[in-house]
Amino acid sequence: MGKPKVGFYWFASCGGCEESQVDIADKLIDVVNAVDIAIWPVALDFKDSDLEKLEDGELVACFLNGAITNSEHRKIAELFRKKSKYVIAYGACSYMGGIPGLEVSKDKETLIERVYLKGDIVVNPDKVVPVQEFKEDGVRIEIPEIYERPYSLDEVIDVDFYVPGCPPTPNVFLDAVNTLLSGKIPEKGYVFGSRKSLCNECPLNKTKPEKVLVKEFKRPHEVILDPEKCYLAQGVICLGPVTRGGCDSLCIKGGMPCTGCFGPLEGIKDYGAKAISYIASILDSKDLDEIRKTLEKIPDPLGTFYRYSLPRSLFYQKKVGDKK
Amino acid sequence: MENRIGVYICHCGTNIAGKVDVEKVREYASHLKNVVIARTYMFMCSEPGQEMIIKDIKEYGLNRIVVAACTETLHGHTFREAAKKGGLNPYLVQMVSIREFDSWVTENKEEATEKAKSLIRAGVYRVNYHRPVETTTYPVNSNVLIVGAGIAGITAALVLADAGKHVYLVERQGFIGGNMAKFDKTFPTLDCASCILTPKMSAVKNNPNITLYTYSDVEKIDGFVGNFDVTINRRPRYVREDLCIGCLSCIENCVYKEPKFISEFDEGIGKRKPVYVSFPQAIPLVPVIDPETCIQFRTGKCVQTCLKGCPTKAIDFSMKEEKVNVKVGAIIAATGFKVFDASRDSKYGYGKLPNVFTTIQMERMLNSAGPTGGEIRLQDGSVPKEVAIINCVGSRNENFNAYCSRVCCMIGLKHAHMIKDRIGADVTIFYTDIRANGKGYEEFYRKIMLEGVNFVRGEVASIIPSENNRLTIIFEDTLLSRVRKKEVDMVILNVGLEPHDDWEDVRKVLNLTCTKEGWLMEKHPKLAPVTSLSDGRFIAGAAQFPKDIPDTVAQAEAAAAEAMSLVDRGVVESEPNVISIDENKCSGCKMCISVCPFNAITYNEEKNIAEVNIGLCKGCGACNAVCPSGAISQNNYTDDELFAEIMGVLRE
Amino acid sequence: MNDNFEPKIVAIFCYWCTTQAAELAGTSRMTYAPNVKIVKTMCTGRVDPQFILWAFRNGADGVIVSGCHPPSDCHYEDGNFKWFRKYVLLSKTLEQAGIDPKRLRQEWISASEADKLKKVITEFTEEIRALGPLKHPIREGGD
Repeated sequence: MGKPKVGFYWFASCGGCEESQVDIADKLIDVVNAVDIAIWPVALDFKDSDLEKLEDGELVACFLNGAITNSEHRKIAELFRKKSKYVIAYGACSYMGGIPGLEVSKDKETLIERVYLKGDIVVNPDKVVPVQEFKEDGVRIEIPEIYERPYSLDEVIDVDFYVPGCPPTPNVFLDAVNTLLSGKIPEKGYVFGSRKSLCNECPLNKTKPEKVLVKEFKRPHEVILDPEKCYLAQGVICLGPVTRGGCDSLCIKGGMPCTGCFGPLEGIKDYGAKAISYIASILDSKDLDEIRKTLEKIPDPLGTFYRYSLPRSLFYQKKVGDKK
Repeated sequence: MENRIGVYICHCGTNIAGKVDVEKVREYASHLKNVVIARTYMFMCSEPGQEMIIKDIKEYGLNRIVVAACTETLHGHTFREAAKKGGLNPYLVQMVSIREFDSWVTENKEEATEKAKSLIRAGVYRVNYHRPVETTTYPVNSNVLIVGAGIAGITAALVLADAGKHVYLVERQGFIGGNMAKFDKTFPTLDCASCILTPKMSAVKNNPNITLYTYSDVEKIDGFVGNFDVTINRRPRYVREDLCIGCLSCIENCVYKEPKFISEFDEGIGKRKPVYVSFPQAIPLVPVIDPETCIQFRTGKCVQTCLKGCPTKAIDFSMKEEKVNVKVGAIIAATGFKVFDASRDSKYGYGKLPNVFTTIQMERMLNSAGPTGGEIRLQDGSVPKEVAIINCVGSRNENFNAYCSRVCCMIGLKHAHMIKDRIGADVTIFYTDIRANGKGYEEFYRKIMLEGVNFVRGEVASIIPSENNRLTIIFEDTLLSRVRKKEVDMVILNVGLEPHDDWEDVRKVLNLTCTKEGWLMEKHPKLAPVTSLSDGRFIAGAAQFPKDIPDTVAQAEAAAAEAMSLVDRGVVESEPNVISIDENKCSGCKMCISVCPFNAITYNEEKNIAEVNIGLCKGCGACNAVCPSGAISQNNYTDDELFAEIMGVLRE
Repeated sequence: MNDNFEPKIVAIFCYWCTTQAAELAGTSRMTYAPNVKIVKTMCTGRVDPQFILWAFRNGADGVIVSGCHPPSDCHYEDGNFKWFRKYVLLSKTLEQAGIDPKRLRQEWISASEADKLKKVITEFTEEIRALGPLKHPIREGGD
């Protein structure tokens, strides 16, 4: 019996997840020794037929990152589902839609227009836009269908586990790999990381006053943050309270507030709505006009509070599930 | 294991069944998931209605109940008790209002029936998520705080004190008796107001169970029903109550030989000195020194003849505010009323023209202990020959107060009689309607008519000065369909009643709800007229709405009975809608602590979690809304319950 | 124009003020459109923005949230302010997500203002009727 076979794949992805996987540094050697990486497009040459040739369930696990935005993504995702025992949605994009997921609030036409025609740095005098099928001189070229909206992985295939993060931090990736190798398989739908929010492990939580009351919210570039004090208490929007922990507070330690890439905790139906709930509540004002003016200054609530999770929000998700 | 739900739909006679097809709704409910039995009944709140639930719980093994009827406010308690008798935790019951929220407010029968189905479906979905809630009981302090010592406050205080409860009676004026102490005679019997009030005031003073704080305000009320912590601010009278013997020599000896300052008690038609009592029979008979007018306070240099002449040296210019803290189990608000400021309606010339008085000024004039010794006189000292009484001043008027002040018609008749009786003047009452609907009132009206008082039905357009210091009234005589004029010597404006000017501040301290005019609001206009919307607080008297003395006394006795009932019950149930924090989910982010207005949540540094003191939790649920970890759950208003209810009102 | 469109509206009212006003409206036999279904919480401070999205997701074309008048009617001190702050942020978020923020209405109705309640319910029902049914991906979700 050989080593367990695993696969990796990337859909609408930035490559950060791949980097995070190799960021486990020296532990990478242990991983490579323990498993047989059958598919790894970032590092090894690969054709679709390599995947098709596998037996059903031949891969013990596959780690799929990136959002599903076109028909090719779906085709490969479905193939991976067939060929794998466990499918793991890796990273915020496949878990919740991630950054490409923000497209869900606009329609396809608007997006194509912006990217190919009206973008600030676009020069496209012939107005060339992608078309699915192109014929010339008897040659037919076909590209995958761009979907009307991006999807998280579990909206197209059945997903077993999730590794959150944009990208997942090395410790979370390692935890996932080791858990699977140990044979102690968690229940379906398990999200790796902490069971509690970031505040629970954040080194600045003890500096947070009991009553956090903020007179106005500032963006990180508008203020020089004291690195030793809770950023939320300093008036910057930090999504630590509502975001799953387990990332070792890397952003906080790096002087930046949490932007929510690990997503919600179990039982929260809508991440952004909960974020709005506590951020608005701690505004220290009892004057209706002042409240309006101060909150108006938050330039993009949808983007701020749903940065990684918009397709998974109550606004757009097809099926609400408690992924416990 | 699936829940087993019983659904009970009340006909409420024809109140619900007349609009909603209760049988159709019952049929619909019976097919909802987990509903084991669905019934309708004529009056669910009745004994047999409640018995039905109790029996079904046993027979069908029900573990959740939905009652579709009136409102939770009215009968939530009833059905929770019924469930309890049946062996279920009382909070496994959900009441759905298909009366106040459906049959009574929907015109079309089909629409009302469909709405009932949606509301009940929501109740069924919700009740699945109800969890048993246990409450504890707290002992109730048997003391009672009464705010306001007019006839209402005094009556309530005596009832409670005679029953053995200790009463703290707080009055912001220097003397008790309120507005009634200003009156001369009362309608319709023409009893002397002082004669009936003074014995009661004495009884208050002498009752060992009543601690009277006059010239004092309630500053703050902390705590909760059964256990209120009250801070009373005693303003300095500059006369020591414990030393004063009520001889009033200080007033006699004051450097001001004659009273020079407007007397508030005399409603502006009399004068007082800087040191004063409201009237010689006032209780407590301890003068007040007004620092705004007393020379000692204004200049620091007075010979202080008041102190010099005081046999017990009770005058103390250095007195300061004193805070008193008392603990009570119930509070009665009997804060009374003021009259409409007639200068707001400029057509009457009040405050500008001579000899235009208000009814309350007339009471002072008629009162033998008043500024004129009971003599009816014009401002120049002569006796009026022709007097006009103008009704509905400030009342029944879109521009001022839309309501009818209830007592003014009778006051007008009373004044008409007394003026005719004392000086034989010609009296005319200008009225819109004569409202004489109490016991003996109509008969009194007849009597006054037969005494030769003139009645003119119509609005007064204006009052203008005429020769010889007389007044000309220009009015519409509706029965003659003409505009007429009449010259009189004196005009009495029958002003309406209003809440005190500072009702907004007072209601905040007492934590009471008011109507938009400022009247104290009762829990239910018919079934709970003396209970306020805040637990443990009751209301009585004209502060709730204008009323005459018999009704005021009746209401005060009712409020005393309600307070006594609470206090004698001895225990109150703790707040059921408190929150709980799941330790395993709580991330210690402190967002809940940041939003709790009652400081009920604290941070446990060792465990890095938040912890709640349910004794302080009032059940608002703000922390539940805010908790970003989903660790907080409010009893009876959990996320699951509310999500289910919202889905249920919208769809299957 | 869909002439048969009957708006579905969820009203979330606080117990102490607006629910009492609704009970008073009932006792006074004031009639209003049956489209509005009332869900009560003890305080509008309890209202979680997730409830609003959930309502739209499950078929609501409009949502009203009403509580006690600021600055000092709130039975729990300032629950109404906490709700108002959430409402302001949520309103802008709805707009960005493509849902007309007019579909979420915010009111202060005290226990004695039954006539205001009737007016608000009637007005809002007609406003939503004119806006038409909510057409947005939020409606395509299952449960």
